[in-house]
Amino acid sequence: MAMESTEIEQMIKEALPDAQIVIEDLRGDGDHYAARIVSSAFEGKSRVQQHQIVYAALKGKMGGQLHALALTTEAPANT
Amino acid sequence: MSDNPTFDRITEEINDTDVVLFMKGTPMFPQCGFSAAVVGALSQMQVKFKGVNVLEDMEMREGIKAFSDWPTIPQMYIKGEFVGGCDIIKEMYEAGELQQMFDDKGIDYVS
Repeated sequence: MAMESTEIEQMIKEALPDAQIVIEDLRGDGDHYAARIVSSAFEGKSRVQQHQIVYAALKGKMGGQLHALALTTEAPANT
Repeated sequence: MSDNPTFDRITEEINDTDVVLFMKGTPMFPQCGFSAAVVGALSQMQVKFKGVNVLEDMEMREGIKAFSDWPTIPQMYIKGEFVGGCDIIKEMYEAGELQQMFDDKGIDYVS
C-alpha cells in the first residue's frame, strides 16, 4: 500500500512543473509523509484550494494507496 | 434537495450545527490520530462542536469525500462552509486564525 517519495514528487511535478517540493518520510515506513510545496499555482488560492490542487495531482492516490501526507502549501514569496 | 440522499444528510448536518467535524470515532473516543488531533484543538479552544462518526456509516464516509472534494477524514465545517482537513486546521490553530474565525462567525463556546 505504500508509495515511494520519488513517485509522489514526480506526480506533483507533472501537474505543477514549477513546484519546489520537500518530502519527509515521517516514520521511515513509506506510508506517512509530510510535504512542503511552493508553487505559483497556489497564488490567490485558499488553503483548501491549494491542497485540492495537490490532491488532484496525486490522482486519487491520497486517502487510498497513500495513507498520510501532511501538506504545507505556499505560493512563492514576492521578492 | 439533491438527488443524492447522502449529500442531503450532509447538508442537513452542516446547516443544523455551527461546527461539525466529520471524523473517525467520536469526540470522546477518536479512532484515528488525525481526528484526535483536531478534537484536541477544538477541546482546547472550548468550542462547541458536533462529531459525525464516519466509521459507523459507510455512505457518509464516502459521501463526505465526494461532497467536499477532499480525499481524507477528518473534515471540519463551520456554518456550512468547508474549512479543511487536519493539516489546515492545525496550521490555523497554531497561527491563531481558527480562534479568529470562531470569533468572527460568532461560534458558541462551552460555558
